[in-house]
Amino acid sequence: MLSKKLPLAAAAAVAALFALPALAQVKVGVVTSSTGPTALVGIPQKNTVPLLPKKIGDLTVEYISLDDASDSTNSVTAFKKLISEQNVDALIGPSGSPNAMGVIQFAAEAGVPMLAPVGTAAVVLPMNEQKKWVFKTTQNDDIIARALVDHMVKTGIKTVGFIGLNDPYGENWSKVFTALATEKGIKVTANERYLRFDSSVTGQALKILAAKPDAVLVAAPGAASVLPQTTLFDQGYKGKFYQTHGAALPDFLKLGGKKVEGTVLAASLMLVLPEMPDSNPSKKVATDYIAAYEKLNGSKPATFGANVYDAGLLLEKAVPLAEKAGKPGTKEFRSALRDALEQTKELVGTQGVYNMSAADHSGFDDRGRELITVKDGNWTLVK
Amino acid sequence: MNAQIALILGQDGITNGAIYALLALSILLVFTVTRVLFIPQGEFVAFGALTMAAIQAGRPVLLVWLLLAFALAEAAADLIARAKRPGRARGLWRIAAKVIYPLVIAALLYKLPLAQLPMAVQALLTLLLVVPMGPQLYRLFYQPIASASTLVLLIVSIAVHLALVGLGLLAFGAEGARTAPFSDASLALGPININSQALWVVAVSAVLIVVLYQFFERSMYGKALRAAAFNRLGARLMGISPIFAGRATFFLAALIGTVSGILIAPITTMYFDSGFMVSLKGFVGAIIGGLVSYPLAAAGAILVGLIEAFSSFWASAYKEIIVFTLIIPVLLWRSLKSHHVEEEDE
Repeated sequence: MLSKKLPLAAAAAVAALFALPALAQVKVGVVTSSTGPTALVGIPQKNTVPLLPKKIGDLTVEYISLDDASDSTNSVTAFKKLISEQNVDALIGPSGSPNAMGVIQFAAEAGVPMLAPVGTAAVVLPMNEQKKWVFKTTQNDDIIARALVDHMVKTGIKTVGFIGLNDPYGENWSKVFTALATEKGIKVTANERYLRFDSSVTGQALKILAAKPDAVLVAAPGAASVLPQTTLFDQGYKGKFYQTHGAALPDFLKLGGKKVEGTVLAASLMLVLPEMPDSNPSKKVATDYIAAYEKLNGSKPATFGANVYDAGLLLEKAVPLAEKAGKPGTKEFRSALRDALEQTKELVGTQGVYNMSAADHSGFDDRGRELITVKDGNWTLVK
Repeated sequence: MNAQIALILGQDGITNGAIYALLALSILLVFTVTRVLFIPQGEFVAFGALTMAAIQAGRPVLLVWLLLAFALAEAAADLIARAKRPGRARGLWRIAAKVIYPLVIAALLYKLPLAQLPMAVQALLTLLLVVPMGPQLYRLFYQPIASASTLVLLIVSIAVHLALVGLGLLAFGAEGARTAPFSDASLALGPININSQALWVVAVSAVLIVVLYQFFERSMYGKALRAAAFNRLGARLMGISPIFAGRATFFLAALIGTVSGILIAPITTMYFDSGFMVSLKGFVGAIIGGLVSYPLAAAGAILVGLIEAFSSFWASAYKEIIVFTLIIPVLLWRSLKSHHVEEEDE
């Protein structure tokens, strides 16, 4: 027995010796939806947690990863638990937009900076006393929408039919897109809604067909974005199809097949990485992330995982600055961490470059998206 | 809105309504025979569709392990029941067969070149895999509490539904899937094109409804089930086993659900959790039939499909609200029409 215990004891002693000066430890809570309806988004996010930086300067970082089962109430419970029991210095998550909206006030009350890898811009806009604590590691809808509208203007499209999910995602897109399009003289001639699990969207498609728009924009995340497009295609619609970055998934190509050929969307450069010029700053970061993820999990990551990875990059940059204000685990540290995150300048992430400011807690500019089209069943860059 | 649009919407509504009608009938059937409001009915639709999609993609189906797990649990329950009531020698082979069956299906799924099989064989495999789960669910979750109150049965139904949705996520993943259509042709009928898959749905639904009608009206087993539905105690005195009635009903319910799933999988994208909404609309149809009348339930379900199609054209954002609000006038009308009955037996 002694022979078994001895190396263990020795190892513990050595570890204690070395660990003593660097005992200071940053705790980061991660909440993802690795089960439930949002699991498609949450699983790559959860799988990315082991790739987050384990050491920042002298500080070791501990990640406490919880699952909220896509349920908003569970997200709140998980956040409260992380804040009060684990005394975390920062929070990453949750995966779903409605879930994120529900936890902002708790993160703000406790004064813990929160890095939300969610789609909706509503978590950081309009900026107020509570949202001051929230940072968003995805592109705001308006950056993507602007790219689409610019493309429409360039290709001479005058009228657009809109069909989106009957939830905050579709609603926000309808608002952002309609405003931008009207500004550029493009008319939205039909505005329809449907549900993710609808078995048919024939009615909505007919309404759009009757309005005869030059192009149709479908706003839905994941595989749900396919049904309106295939229905319109089957009914003989001949115009151009646009999709949001929510459709940027392998399943879109798989489910849509020939019927989604030629669709235009604006999304993360991760989809067309081999085609990107080496001069693009994000190419290396994204390539490294994908390689590391593949080595760990044996499959390619969806872009959602990269949003959590970027949160790690943001922390890596901000923690050393915050350390000057106080020890991890204190109020001073957390508040300084928030200030440091807000001052992030020219940080290259997997999907673009972050320039945070007091007003902009998402920080992406045009380098955060690329115009992409579907060609021969693959994503290709629009030249 | 012109005649052509109305025709297309009508076709769409009837196609979906046919599926809702099937589900309404099986919800009604299960309720009358066993007093269980079978909420997991929708899961059979999703499992059927997703299993078919997985087979077409050539991926071995993880669901077979769930079938095996249920079979083992069932065998264990049977053995315990046997130990408590010794003296019957036969029955052991039956328990063994229960366990061997999923293993045979698993072997088939892992050995056969799934993706290359003709579609009829793929559909048959799907049925062989999913349908036995119906009787299994009854044996494991409902049979032990068969005499409990309707409320307890409903709570168990909700629990089974939630568990199955979770297991579906585990087996099929979060993303949706769709399958190849039975046939590619489309039929020009006057001003509109009719998708041949829609014809398949309506035809198969109609055939199933007629077969069920014949089964209940003509066959001995069907009559026995109806008797059990009408009066459980009386049926039992006549030698109709309520356990048999329960298992048979759940078998039929699972069969109808799985067939519905295979039918709609080529039309729409199915997700692991989309069964619930489909069966809920079937449920609205069943409510219109007052949870007693089969023809009224079927007609109600078709009405639900039509209302859904037309409201998706006129007010797409409020479609679900319109469909589910339909239940209020129906309930009102029913409560005005029926006389209040004092708490009967029980």
